[in-house]
Amino acid sequence: MTTTADAVTCTQLAYAFGETKAVDGLDLTVREGEVFGLLGPNGAGKTTAIRCITTLLPVPSGMVRVFGHDAAGERMGVRRLLGYVPQQLSADANLTGRENVSLFARVFDVPRRERAARVSQALAAVDLTGAADRLAGTYSGGMVRRLELAQALVSAPRLLILDEPTIGLDPIARTSVWEHITAVRAATGMTVLVTTHYMDEADQYCDRVGLMHHGRVRALGTPAELRRGLGERRGAAATDPLPTLEDVFRDVAGSGLDDQSGDFRDVRSTRRTAQRVG
Amino acid sequence: MSEAPAAPLSASADRAREQGIDLLLRPPEPRAGWRLLPARIAAMCAVELQKLRHDRTELYTRAVQPALWLLIFGQTFTRLKAIPTGGVPYIDYLAPGIIAQSAMFIAIFYGIHIIWERDAGVLNKLLVTPTPRSALITGKAFAAGVKSVIQAVVVIVIAALLGVALTWNPLRLLGVAAIVVLGSAFFACLSMTIAGIVLSRDRLMGFGQAITMPLFFGSNALYPLDVMPGWLQAVSRVNPLSYEVDALRGLLLGTPAHLALDFAVLIVAAALGITAASALLGRLAR
Ligand SMILES: Nc1ncnc2c1ncn2[C@@H]1O[C@H](COP(=O)(O)OP(=O)(O)O)[C@@H](O)[C@H]1O
Ligand SMILES: [Mg+2]
Repeated sequence: MTTTADAVTCTQLAYAFGETKAVDGLDLTVREGEVFGLLGPNGAGKTTAIRCITTLLPVPSGMVRVFGHDAAGERMGVRRLLGYVPQQLSADANLTGRENVSLFARVFDVPRRERAARVSQALAAVDLTGAADRLAGTYSGGMVRRLELAQALVSAPRLLILDEPTIGLDPIARTSVWEHITAVRAATGMTVLVTTHYMDEADQYCDRVGLMHHGRVRALGTPAELRRGLGERRGAAATDPLPTLEDVFRDVAGSGLDDQSGDFRDVRSTRRTAQRVG
Repeated sequence: MSEAPAAPLSASADRAREQGIDLLLRPPEPRAGWRLLPARIAAMCAVELQKLRHDRTELYTRAVQPALWLLIFGQTFTRLKAIPTGGVPYIDYLAPGIIAQSAMFIAIFYGIHIIWERDAGVLNKLLVTPTPRSALITGKAFAAGVKSVIQAVVVIVIAALLGVALTWNPLRLLGVAAIVVLGSAFFACLSMTIAGIVLSRDRLMGFGQAITMPLFFGSNALYPLDVMPGWLQAVSRVNPLSYEVDALRGLLLGTPAHLALDFAVLIVAAALGITAASALLGRLAR
């Protein structure tokens, strides 16, 4: 009878900071087991949407469900299903890696007898076993991100939510973070919701993406679908190279991207040359 | 029927066992309601102790001020005999006041600490765990208490070295620990409440400086209530620090004290503080 509930459903979600409509009628469905990428330039409203889904912000308008649980009404139930890695690098520098993970094992009620083993497994899953007993303050940015991944994993979440997990990391660390996310997902079968403004990463690692702009999802599908769709709309020949996700984004965002403090470096540089006549 | 996810899950279970991460497939059992709060308190206290183990400098630097108070103020006024202490040497009279003071300084810092945690994202992450806001605040309040007790031990040792005749009765010392925990819980919540109102670290620093000294001088830590002018007595009577000092004096020196009243006031103050700080924590998370 029961169909498995989707991992996340947002229906007409809206959230405003005063006059700023950060999220403005967001409709979104993340299916169980997929890696879903929420893409958009800085200020698109990704973080605000994530903070509504994680129960950090109330849901003033619309509806958010996580595996069928109402994020406004069943906060504790929703939180037990979540692993959350916020945008800032946020491990405690004055604790060791192991202690950082152990704290999250405790606050997710991991019983004492299996705490040490579980913490070790989480650290091993992100290749931090060797550095586990060093203070997190001595970690590199990529290591801190992996540590945060371990903190999120230790409670065996059904949904892992990562907000800009690779922001500010060098290319090697970015790849390493994504490889660990992918490996853990493959090993555990958990659902992953990730935000990023790096289109290339989304193209490579996400099963489906939603392109978000001005608080709403403007296009939804697998990266290949979206790119093929744009190619067809443009009537490109089969031999032409497919448009990139950035092309798709420029297409759906239209001229709205210009007055936005959008932060695709590529988008901006191309546009600058194309439209300097303001 | 939901048979679809069964196949991928068992396949990934095999893979997980191979990789030695099989425990990460099983969500932990939620703790029953009444056991949640003590578990969160234990978690926050464990973090505090781990931090102290890695870096003890704060413990030492924070010992300097109380040592100076006892050494200079205490010894000078013991000779002057200017303050009526009911027969005990002034330095003895002062020691419990200085213990309460150093505990309060530690606790007042928790407001700044929670804003720092907010700015660093640590607070947000904790708020996305099955930890009610009141449990998080209570955990932090008790963590402040644990840290203050350790600081109190340092001050007691300094006082003993300076010749203050303190009790070594273990039951009374246990009472001292309880009083220090309650007092620190209140002051930690007071500063976390202000943090929830002012929201920024700079403004809170200003507030912290503006309230700690009045709290200290507007209490019976340095001089007895009866020598204060009327208005200061009134301030001192509503200042939880006075009740903390009164209890500490009674327990450590054996002077007459109102232990039952002191405990009652501190318990109520801590409970009110926890309620206020929990209610305002949401403002910090936005
Ligand atoms: N705490 C806040 N107070 C006021 N405005 C905010 C706050 N957080 C975000 N905003 C505004 O909401 C909009 C969306 O921000 P955000 O959700 O952080 O976007 P993104 O994560 O996609 O970069 C932006 O215009 C931002 O300035
Ligand atoms: Mg963001």
